[in-house]
Amino acid sequence: MDLSHSLRLIAAEELLSVSGLILLLASAWAGDKASRAISIAAVAALAAAAFLTAPALCGGLFGPETEAFGGQFRADAFASFAKLLIYASAGVALIVAPAYFERLRAMRAEYPVLILFAAIGMGMMVSAGDLLTLYIGLELNSLAAYVLAAFLRNDTRSAEAGLKYFVLGALASGILLFGMSLTYGFTGTTSFAGIRAALEGGLSTGALFGIVFMLAGLAFKISAVPFHMWTPDVYEGAPTPVTTFFATAPKVAALALTMRVALDAFGSQADAWRQIVIFTSLASIVIGALGAIGQANIKRLLAYSSINNVGFMLIGLAAATPRGASAMLVYLAIYVAMSIGGFVAVLMLRDAEGEPVEAIADIAGLSRTRPLIAAALAMVMFSLAGIPPLFGFWGKFVVFQAAVQAGLVPLAAIGIAASVIGAFYYLKVVKVMYFDEPADKVTGRSDLAHGILLALSALFISPLGYLLTRFLGQLADTAAAALFHAA
Amino acid sequence: MNGFPILTLMLLVPLVGAVACLLVDATAARRIALAATLLDFVLGVVLWANFDIGGAQWQFTERVDLFAGFSWALGIDGIALLLIALTVFLMPVCIGASWTSIEKRVGEYMAAFLLMETLMIGVFAAQDLYLFYIMFEAGLIPMYLIIGIWGGQDRIYASYKFFLYTLLGSVLMLIAMMRMVNEAGTTDIPTLMAYDFDPKVQTWLWLAFFASFAVKMPMWPVHTWLPDAHVQAPTAGSVILAGVLLKMGGYGFIRFSLPMFPEASAQFAPLIWGLSMAAVVITSLIALVQHDIKKLIAYSSVAHMAIVTIGLFAFNAQGLEGSMIVMLSHGLVAGALFLCVGVIYDRLHTREIDRYGGIAINMPKYALFFLLFTMASIGLPGTSGFVGEFLSLAGIYQASSWVALVSTTGIILGAAYMLYLDRRVAFGEQKNADAAAMPDLGLRELAMMVPIAAVVLWMGIYPETFLAPMRQDIAALDARLARARPEGDARLKAGKAQPAAEHSATAAAHEGAH
Repeated sequence: MDLSHSLRLIAAEELLSVSGLILLLASAWAGDKASRAISIAAVAALAAAAFLTAPALCGGLFGPETEAFGGQFRADAFASFAKLLIYASAGVALIVAPAYFERLRAMRAEYPVLILFAAIGMGMMVSAGDLLTLYIGLELNSLAAYVLAAFLRNDTRSAEAGLKYFVLGALASGILLFGMSLTYGFTGTTSFAGIRAALEGGLSTGALFGIVFMLAGLAFKISAVPFHMWTPDVYEGAPTPVTTFFATAPKVAALALTMRVALDAFGSQADAWRQIVIFTSLASIVIGALGAIGQANIKRLLAYSSINNVGFMLIGLAAATPRGASAMLVYLAIYVAMSIGGFVAVLMLRDAEGEPVEAIADIAGLSRTRPLIAAALAMVMFSLAGIPPLFGFWGKFVVFQAAVQAGLVPLAAIGIAASVIGAFYYLKVVKVMYFDEPADKVTGRSDLAHGILLALSALFISPLGYLLTRFLGQLADTAAAALFHAA
Repeated sequence: MNGFPILTLMLLVPLVGAVACLLVDATAARRIALAATLLDFVLGVVLWANFDIGGAQWQFTERVDLFAGFSWALGIDGIALLLIALTVFLMPVCIGASWTSIEKRVGEYMAAFLLMETLMIGVFAAQDLYLFYIMFEAGLIPMYLIIGIWGGQDRIYASYKFFLYTLLGSVLMLIAMMRMVNEAGTTDIPTLMAYDFDPKVQTWLWLAFFASFAVKMPMWPVHTWLPDAHVQAPTAGSVILAGVLLKMGGYGFIRFSLPMFPEASAQFAPLIWGLSMAAVVITSLIALVQHDIKKLIAYSSVAHMAIVTIGLFAFNAQGLEGSMIVMLSHGLVAGALFLCVGVIYDRLHTREIDRYGGIAINMPKYALFFLLFTMASIGLPGTSGFVGEFLSLAGIYQASSWVALVSTTGIILGAAYMLYLDRRVAFGEQKNADAAAMPDLGLRELAMMVPIAAVVLWMGIYPETFLAPMRQDIAALDARLARARPEGDARLKAGKAQPAAEHSATAAAHEGAH
């Protein structure tokens, strides 16, 4: 594997790094008035990176041909699938931001640059073939994310969110590092393939601790119970465009990374970690659902909803089969669309002065004052609850199907029964919007770009989405096959 | 009709209508909704007219592999045909019932109803397991909105209860479906109906399906969502709830539980009998003491649905045919009774029985129809109710005479609470001046009542029209159940036919002896 081949494989990352650096210089010289232009350039860079990444997915690439730098980096179909979702989410986070920040006069040119750097880090996470790549990618993403959470410098909630995110994120990184060091110590290697080969023979207690700590660290990043506490606070405090970003791209990256670690590095010891994943998944479903019930702020509610959804995705991981991995990817794609729809709808809720409306009580009777936003938000809610014929049902469907096919019928049965608890609070939002008398709070005008994004995601999660099931299923199958082939 | 996708068209007409209703004002929405439902009714008539009785079991089949893991597969047999016919027949009536009583957000209301129609037809026409599930579950959304937005005072509580209760019942069915597909390797309902699952597995699968259908039906003791939903729903919502949605439970038993898990069905038949007997007696007694007309009819629905489950789990052709007829008849009669309540509710805005009385004097036409539907609900010979209940009870008598005995009390109690209701509402003295001043049925209301009354009498006098399309399917189901049929306690034997001459000779000898 010569260097030029390796460099070709990381073309998307190179492109993003170079454009990130150039845009950083541009922002330093041109200042904040150029932030719109820089945002547009950043979106273009993400789109170009997506074009560079897509062929690996369409071609279903995997194996040694896709490994760069001696197996440290894998540009296979799986990484490509995840990266496309990440780039799309990052692009959305860029598109929705200006309208929000400009009203507060807080739109700064660093925002798009930080998003770009985070995207590079996430791309490295999902392409990791080695514990070192994993950690570098994770930290690159996290450092950008800490700053983004605290982006509204004058807003105490935002600063608090940034600090919380940083402290807890650093703790999680420490736990992860500790797990990595144990794993390295007991297997003698940092490469996923090496760890897998070393664990094939059996699992020593030390290595088991390594697995447990690594999964705990990753559970922080995907905000799975019992490491979820930071999520509602950070989601509520961070500026809404940043929350949109947090709920989508880093989730995709962390989940894809978890899949790589669990199914590839620890793939030969699936029985050892399955119990942990099952516990985490059911706990996330139940606590995500129960925690959401009392929430009065819609961003907090969506934060709990994301915890709840991660629980469902982990059911696919517990299956530890290619079908399970494929199901998780399908769910991720649908989840990203639902989250974007939900947060963009929240972004569009403004009162007469243009201040954001976030209290659930304030959107009472929205169906009469802003019928289109209300309809889209209701679709998102029913979809998140997994009620057919909305597309969110399909995500749950494939995940449960994978679990049943892997013989985990009781897990599937408990998980789906617990999904009814979640339905309760999703219904509450619909009830407030449709059944209650109008509160006439949401009267402000909303941005056109937001409207278009909301319409697109609503279209995707509408029953028309089912027409995509074959296409999406094929892509996810290809990606999952690449993951298992690498293993 | 070969190859013409009439079922897809029947699904599309209301769907397109629903979208159109969202875009126009109130008057236009009403007209569009009526036109769409009438068009669908015409298509339903065409469907029935072209249905080849005695022909292939599955007709009008369509299959497009549109989705990953399941397909757009539609097709009907006689059972589905009858239930689709019931749906398209009741829908224009529902739209008529909402014509003036719904004043706010008319477009959304009509859209929700049309969407509901699409999903109901979809449930009965689906030939793919997952497609069925999607249609079955999706119906929760429009019904939730109908109850929650246009319902009565406690509409929010009722809508939540309806949604979560039925959702909890259904989700386990999905896991069972996945388990079935995993084993049988197909999602095709006709194939699955002939697939023999291991009896041990059947037990669990049956229970999961039971959880869903028992709630939907609803069976005692999981019926408690129904009175709340009925009382709070607007008139047309109650009509469609009682008329069609409850039939999805019965349809589920007859389409899935019985043919797919015959052994488990036999194993659990005593459970069904027990719950049904309890339902017949308990809910009838509860109905007797209600002050709210809608609640009374809702409880009577539970009792009637128990007769359906009793007939279904009689494991013979009479029972199965009887329960189908009870479902059709109850769909019409309970729907009509809710319409009757709606008519007086529109005038007086109360459902309290005591607020009425003696309205036969000022509303003679109304009293006539109310009495007719009351009688049909009781099961008077000549009305549809009699045919269904008689067949069901005759069926269960072969399986268990005790169950037959207890269930028959339901008819007596039914007569008690229905006649008592009729007496308090329509007859007696006119103690309330405002009730005495109510005008009689208008033209729109007559147009809703007359067709239902005509069909109720038709079904009572010449049930063959309704029995013929499903006879073959019931016979097939009966044959499928034969291997698991529990032995009846009555041990009925056909009497030995005596030669005519001998018979008259003995008769003559008898006479001689006297």
